[in-house]
Amino acid sequence: MNSISVRALLVRGMLAGLAAGALALLVAYFLGESRVDAAIALEEAHSHHHDGGEELVSRTVQSTAGLATGVLVFGVAIGGIAALVFCYALGRIGRFGPRATAALIAGAALLTVYVVPFLKYPANPPAVGNPDTIGPRTALFFLMVALSVLLAVAAVILGKRLAPRLGNWNATITASAGYVLVIGLAYAFLPSYNEVGKDFPASLLWEFRLSTLAVQATLWVTFGLLFGHLTDRLLVPRTGTVTTGSSGANRPATAAR
Amino acid sequence: MAQTAAPATAVPAITPISLKAIAPWAVFFGILMLVLLYFVGAEQGATAVISGEGVHEWVHDGRHLLGFPCH
Repeated sequence: MNSISVRALLVRGMLAGLAAGALALLVAYFLGESRVDAAIALEEAHSHHHDGGEELVSRTVQSTAGLATGVLVFGVAIGGIAALVFCYALGRIGRFGPRATAALIAGAALLTVYVVPFLKYPANPPAVGNPDTIGPRTALFFLMVALSVLLAVAAVILGKRLAPRLGNWNATITASAGYVLVIGLAYAFLPSYNEVGKDFPASLLWEFRLSTLAVQATLWVTFGLLFGHLTDRLLVPRTGTVTTGSSGANRPATAAR
Repeated sequence: MAQTAAPATAVPAITPISLKAIAPWAVFFGILMLVLLYFVGAEQGATAVISGEGVHEWVHDGRHLLGFPCH
């Protein structure tokens, strides 16, 4: 029974991730691609060493099939991982039903996996970034993601430990403050890279970075709501089996889920 | 109605799924998903399992717009 539901949840997570990826793909295509193209145009106007015309993958393919591959595979992968986290978190992080648990996980993931690392190591468009530092920049980016996720897990554990003494509200505030404090220290002590060329337009950089944020927000919000809906249908008994008392028609019961 | 809303409802407490049931799925699919993320986000950037530029070039735009360091 239990093992069946892990499989069912995993499948739903990957499907919800795929659907979320499809929506994020639209955002990436319509908001992001024009900025990527603008940055590449600037890059090519400056350096002529771009090997003449002989591209491995054409810009058209990169901006359509290539973009779709990247965003959809990313969606499925984060959907699968989030579903596994959901399997563990359900019934363990407090009295939250499937929909609330899914929404909390998606919100926490957007914040810890994307926004917090992004504030220290923001996304860069083509033409920004020195190829010689790609090694340390990549390592530090993934280090920041890992650190943020581990600290968030630690904060949840701390919050649960403190809850009996401080109450849920104050325990949550205390644990969150601890998370913010340690992240602040990491921001302060990890090296930064500023490799934006002097003549790269500030507005283009800002718009590009905002569009990457929009892609991630679309992905995680869609995933959280859709996965919550699917798991709710899977896990919460419907009107047919449970009569009047706790059926979906009963308004307080719906609210408390 | 406002006072009775919260405590009175009989929300069945959800029994957590046992760790034993989750573990095999988490190990296998967790690793599989991380490998997918690696190929979308980092392959042929700072590190490479497959030689050449094909993977990097194919997911180039996705990598930029998903916020990964690309080049």
